[in-house]
Amino acid sequence: MAQTVKFTIDGKQVTSTEGTTVLEAALSAGIFIPNLCFHPDLEPYGGCRMCIVEIQGMRGMPTSCTIKVAEGMIVKTFGPEIDKTRRDALQLLLANHPTDCLACVKNQRCELQKVAAYMGVTERTMQRTARPQAVDESNPFFKLDRNYCILCARCTRTCNEITCVNAIDLVSRGDETRVSLFQDQQFMESICRSCGECVARCPVGALVSKNTVIPSSEVLTTCCYCAVGCSMYLGVRDGKIVSVRGNSEGKSNKGKLCVKGRFGIAEFVTHPDRLTSPLVKGENGQVQASWDDALQIVADRFKTYSPDEIAVVASARTTNEDVYAVQKLARAVLGTNNVDNCARL
Amino acid sequence: MQQISDILSFHRADRSDLIPILHEVQSRLGYIPPEAMQAAADHVGMSASEVYGVATFYSAFKFKPVGRHCVKACRGTACHVKGSEKILAEIEKALGIKDGDTSADGEYSLETVACLGSCALAPVLVVDERVYGRVTPARVKSILRGER
Amino acid sequence: MNLSGLREQANNAWKAVNEPSRPQVLVGQATCGEASGAGEVNHSILETLKRLGIEADVHSVGCIGACYCEPLVDIVKPGAPRICYHSMTPALVSELLEDYLVKDNPRPDLALGVWGESRFGIPALFELPMFKPQMRIALRNAGVIDPENMMHYIARGGYTGLERALKMAPEAVIAEIEKSGLRGRGGAGFSTGLKWKLCRQAKGSPKYIICNADEGDPGAFMDRDLLESDPHAVLEGILTGAHAMGAAEGIIYIRAEYPLAIKRLVKAISQMRDIGLLGKNILGSGFDFDLRIVMGAGAFVCGEETAMMNSIMGRRGTPRPRPPFPAESGLWGKPTSINNVETWACVSAIMEKGADWFSSFGTEKSKGTKTFSLAGKINRTGLIEVPMGITLQEIIFGIGGGIPGGKSLKAVQTGGPSGGCIPASMLSLPVDYEALTKAGSYIGSGGMIVLDEDNCMVETARYFLSFTTSESCGKCVPCRLGTRQLLTILTDITQGKGKPQDIPAILGLGKSMRQGSLCGLGQGAPNPAMTTIAYFREEYDEHINSHVCRAGECRALISYTIIAERCKGCAICLRACPSAAITGEKGKPHVIDISKCSQCGNCLDVCPKKFNAVVKVPAAGPAAVPAAKG
Repeated sequence: MAQTVKFTIDGKQVTSTEGTTVLEAALSAGIFIPNLCFHPDLEPYGGCRMCIVEIQGMRGMPTSCTIKVAEGMIVKTFGPEIDKTRRDALQLLLANHPTDCLACVKNQRCELQKVAAYMGVTERTMQRTARPQAVDESNPFFKLDRNYCILCARCTRTCNEITCVNAIDLVSRGDETRVSLFQDQQFMESICRSCGECVARCPVGALVSKNTVIPSSEVLTTCCYCAVGCSMYLGVRDGKIVSVRGNSEGKSNKGKLCVKGRFGIAEFVTHPDRLTSPLVKGENGQVQASWDDALQIVADRFKTYSPDEIAVVASARTTNEDVYAVQKLARAVLGTNNVDNCARL
Repeated sequence: MQQISDILSFHRADRSDLIPILHEVQSRLGYIPPEAMQAAADHVGMSASEVYGVATFYSAFKFKPVGRHCVKACRGTACHVKGSEKILAEIEKALGIKDGDTSADGEYSLETVACLGSCALAPVLVVDERVYGRVTPARVKSILRGER
Repeated sequence: MNLSGLREQANNAWKAVNEPSRPQVLVGQATCGEASGAGEVNHSILETLKRLGIEADVHSVGCIGACYCEPLVDIVKPGAPRICYHSMTPALVSELLEDYLVKDNPRPDLALGVWGESRFGIPALFELPMFKPQMRIALRNAGVIDPENMMHYIARGGYTGLERALKMAPEAVIAEIEKSGLRGRGGAGFSTGLKWKLCRQAKGSPKYIICNADEGDPGAFMDRDLLESDPHAVLEGILTGAHAMGAAEGIIYIRAEYPLAIKRLVKAISQMRDIGLLGKNILGSGFDFDLRIVMGAGAFVCGEETAMMNSIMGRRGTPRPRPPFPAESGLWGKPTSINNVETWACVSAIMEKGADWFSSFGTEKSKGTKTFSLAGKINRTGLIEVPMGITLQEIIFGIGGGIPGGKSLKAVQTGGPSGGCIPASMLSLPVDYEALTKAGSYIGSGGMIVLDEDNCMVETARYFLSFTTSESCGKCVPCRLGTRQLLTILTDITQGKGKPQDIPAILGLGKSMRQGSLCGLGQGAPNPAMTTIAYFREEYDEHINSHVCRAGECRALISYTIIAERCKGCAICLRACPSAAITGEKGKPHVIDISKCSQCGNCLDVCPKKFNAVVKVPAAGPAAVPAAKG
């Protein structure tokens, strides 16, 4: 059990556990410290310098995302010096970022915008230093527009720490640094598996899904593509699925999804070829039937076979719990051990 | 490819051997081709993108074939205050190429380096392994000729 | 094998050089010597000796620091002292050998000085203005011994400090270093003893030590020189530190731009291995240690310790926030101590001669000596080592011999791209960690670039920002984009497009970069701009308000013109002009078309001195009109 640590942020007593960073402790205590490169799923980075604070007994302005809380620590999150330093870093980012927020799909969901609003920044004070950057639209599901990129490295760290694919990395250095792939390939030529985990963590409009529509409500469900049972929220608008996002509380996926779950659900759910009711094969070919009729026919037929003559094959698209129920039915009700699943992943 | 696997056979399958591998590839081939990066990645257990990210961080690594002679012009402080810009312009004129390029006949490559550490003799020029000190624009042509 | 057995052999080898039975010729062949043609000189020596039929020994030695008059050749004739000759050429050295060795004429006209007392009318070398104020501790053997001959090093007291240290408890060695007052010579000036203590006390095993030989500051070359001239002095220090901190493995991280230093290190390490100074049970003390070399690959930021560790581990050389400090969690998460080349060389001297001896030099807070490289607009360029606290005046005008060409000193740039420019008016400043920091600059690794009246201070600041912009690792925002922002503003000013509000913008952003950047590169990057504004504000104002560059260095603010009365129409400038801006008939005065001129200055350079027809003038053209913001 981790030790409890008591310390002070802006004069307020905060209790946290050993090993927590100052930023995380502050955020969970309801004290907002601006941040951009921080992400709860990723290792601390300390690149954006938004979360700088002053800590008594420590030199300069350390980043709260990289400092662990300690008993009796005294943290100051704002003040004229901190504000000026943070504001200049933000202005530098804005001087290097497209100016037309309305043209950006992340408008109003953009973390850079949120930080600027929090700090009351309404105008750009620095000379523009942005130069045109390459855009990669090769992937059918998402695009990478480097013009919007703030190099927080959340995407590359995701690809390294979470998916372990390492398809993208930071390339070159200084203000030539860019998010890129081997030999500056396009996504579709690379080893990228299109899982979109990077897209899910991009704070700005650099890595975004194509055809982004903002949902009016979200439905919690379990992905039906395989038996892992990823918990996900389907975003719905006008009765259609318009977005998918992993549920970070999901026991089996902790918010992560694969390419099928993230980008394949809407098409799958609404596909015209999809069976939505049982079909019974008769003299007139396959005919739609009610579940009661269909199950009655199956039950009647089962009776004409001995248990050893029956085999049960469960679909890979069912959840683990459903697969468990199927084998229970086979073993306990039908009396057969001939059970299998078509998942051969 | 044979050369690359020779190099790899002398190195541990550990990512701390990556930069030494890249150095050796470059010293044998003059540059680091994509297949060498892919092979190095497989050898040390990294993805090719990661290797590319590491290699492009360091300005000593080159990714295009270089000329038979490598001309390095120093852009260090001492060289700068002693007029290295004029030396560079003179070399560019003499070879007909810009910083980072290779001449069409494949004879010369030109690059600038941060500091060669021979500041007392600024401005400094290195052609292949030879260091030339107190270079003047007028001397540039003869230095380049001497190497032919 | 133990060292006492080797000492006699070493003493004999060294005696054979200094009290020889046949002539000894020693050629200064560090990189600076090579760049001035020492290789050809050496070749000529061998040819001449063969031609004259003289039996002599020829040695390569390192650099004694008088780079301005390289190549240097020392000759020891039986019965005579070692004499140092300067500015040698293949022809001159051949003449010298014949005159001295055959005709017994020591040629005082070619000599720089005598090692020891004055003789043959040649002054004593170490009484010369360049050497007299120096105190050579780190450079004790530089230019004296053959760096590839370990016997020379041992004969000069080498490895006695290590023998002493190995007989002491590690804590006692650390206490000795702490007592000496030695501070890191790489720039930050942190107490070396304290640094070692933290690593010694840190939990975790194995422990690593790193020798930082990634000398990145442009204009600094003491580490190169030291490694090329006396590698064992550094290696002995590393071994001592390994014993003190309990490290099992050491790594020398050296920049790839130093091939000769690498070659000599490789050789020195194999010599150590041969006599049991590396490996298991070193000198029978039960202490195991090994050492390897890792080459950098052209990234200035890798001089920062966390970036260097990432580079050693095969990653992008980006720094990471501290804490945790390397002493707790360094290479592969293990306790690691990183010290600079010169620091290690001081360690071996301290262990040999004692902490009290070392701390008798220097000032109250900055003990010992410091090496400085003198470059730029100074007569005696080279490498020196002086007690801390000596004034800039003594360094520039005493040791360095002042400014060439009758020009006046404008500033001294110290501390590399993170340092600053100290104006001529502050020459009485004592050189130590505290005083230079107070003046807005810092010692850094010890590079000193002297600037004269022809150097524009705005252009100098722009140059440094162009350096830091391209060397920034790109990880943190203030450095990655701040350097670009400052470079953009400074470039505008040098091009006559500056605005009055640029000055407060630079100072404001500079302060934020100092406070907000992740590592020393970004924190120090605004310094060149901030110190030049502090000390040379008038030059900024002239650029911005009057579009004048008083030094005549900023191309956009100058113009070239041909004085018709002096021009003979020789057409030399016409042919040299890359922009076809010069026209004129043969034998008649030529004219420069300003609209085509690129201000390269070729015409001025090539115009025969006897005509002196091309002159540089302030631009009267477009730059004088406030330009629209681009």
